[in-house]
Amino acid sequence: MLPFIENRLKQAALEVQEYVRLVTASIHAIFTRPRYTYDIVQQFDTIGVGSLTVVILTGFFTGAALCSQSGLTLDQFGARPIVGRLVSASMIKELGPVLTALMLTGRIGSGIAAELGSMVVTDQINALRALGTDPIRKLVVPRVLAGVLMAPVLTVISDFVGIVGGWIVARFQLQVASGVYWSSVTYALYPEDLWMGLIKPFVLGFAIVTIACHVGLRTSGGTQGVGTSTTISVVAGSVAVIAVDFFVTQVLIALLY
Amino acid sequence: MAVEATDKQVVNEILDEAGAPVVVFDRVKLAFDEKVVLRDISFTLLKGHTKIILGASGSGKSTILKIITGLLRADEGVVWVNGSRVDQLSELEMMAVRADLGMIFQEGALFDSLTVRENVGYKLYEESDMPIEQVHRRVEEVLGWIGMTEYIDRMPSALSGGQRRRVAIARAMAFKPRILLYDEATTGLDPITATTVDEEIIKLRDLEHVSSIVVTHQLRDAFYVATHMAVRGPAGQVEIVPAPPEKAREAEFIMVRDGVIVFEGDANALRRSTDPYITTFLE
Repeated sequence: MLPFIENRLKQAALEVQEYVRLVTASIHAIFTRPRYTYDIVQQFDTIGVGSLTVVILTGFFTGAALCSQSGLTLDQFGARPIVGRLVSASMIKELGPVLTALMLTGRIGSGIAAELGSMVVTDQINALRALGTDPIRKLVVPRVLAGVLMAPVLTVISDFVGIVGGWIVARFQLQVASGVYWSSVTYALYPEDLWMGLIKPFVLGFAIVTIACHVGLRTSGGTQGVGTSTTISVVAGSVAVIAVDFFVTQVLIALLY
Repeated sequence: MAVEATDKQVVNEILDEAGAPVVVFDRVKLAFDEKVVLRDISFTLLKGHTKIILGASGSGKSTILKIITGLLRADEGVVWVNGSRVDQLSELEMMAVRADLGMIFQEGALFDSLTVRENVGYKLYEESDMPIEQVHRRVEEVLGWIGMTEYIDRMPSALSGGQRRRVAIARAMAFKPRILLYDEATTGLDPITATTVDEEIIKLRDLEHVSSIVVTHQLRDAFYVATHMAVRGPAGQVEIVPAPPEKAREAEFIMVRDGVIVFEGDANALRRSTDPYITTFLE
């Protein structure tokens, strides 16, 4: 039993060491040359534009459902008109960043792990190195930049669409006047909340992409290994999103409020 | 700085001479955890010559090539490639050594999201300052050389196994390296297609004067490469003909067994060997 635990601990320590090494190398590569501009633009398109549909749909239905549920609760206090305040605060501070990040984990985290994993098992990564290309610069940096910079953009879109979804429910189901809803939405928005909603996705985007790249590049064992890496990437990415969100929230509350 | 430049100049002068040692392995050892892959490997590849590394699967043949290209690092021993001690170089410093090294991987390892043109010209497009028109010309020239011009805009998935290997050879030779490493370049191919790949290896060695290391367990291909040579016919066409004994001696065989070299010599010496393992391998 003891050797088993020892092996597991060693394995975990190795994974953490390799992850830290990848993150350090990526950060160094972001600020130094050479840069592969075409790959960076391509990843912005794949990760940013490609994720729009899923993020819009998630944001819309989350905002709408949130408004319905909040309406029921607020009715108990006769406070239905302030439903917009609840929707905007929840979407902007918590649900927008977390749900967008979870959607990105499912969509791009799995894609990155599968793509890089396939490249590893078919020797394409070794071929890249043999041809004088650093895989970190060519493959990881474009994905990290796209993940870090597109996650906040997608989150803002998700927040907005969610609030619109809430408005539709508020107007047509809860019978709250549009003017009341929108003034309630803006009334509840403080600069601290906006900062909270904007800073979180940078960190979450970074975590999702670096975990996916790390898992993908550590793939072994042929096509079965690619499948395993994809699963690990989604599971580890999702758990990381929830955990990182909690810690970032604590830090931001301490700093901003 | 001046001393370093002088050293580099001396190294280049030595490497320019015929028969200069371009790859040297001196008592190289490598293990992955408990599993020892290479126990004690020493050999020298001379300029313009061919080393054919034979051995059963898992004997450590491909590992030798990965150490030469710096994809793996030896635990012990010294490895020289083109005058640089690659066992001591960082990944960044290895990039300069790799500029003169081409490697053909098992199954080709072509980039499946790029066309044949982009694969072949990859290093020139991405890692050089060569004008784009010049890169296009070089890619077409190389593909013409291996007879694959009509496939230039195809994706690797639309090619057969043999075509993929030939494109991989074209990719490795496009930037004119002086050393080419072939990792099981003919494994899994039918004999006719394998012969076309063998002929590319021979042409590169004899017409482009590339030093090569061929890792294989296909004896037929190994002997074909060792005992044939490429010459230009009267009309300038390339012909593959049996090599005279002095030329055939430039191709040396190495037999690796459990991470140790059990034989080193030319094709005739290999055929004459009475070592039970080698005779079993050759049967």
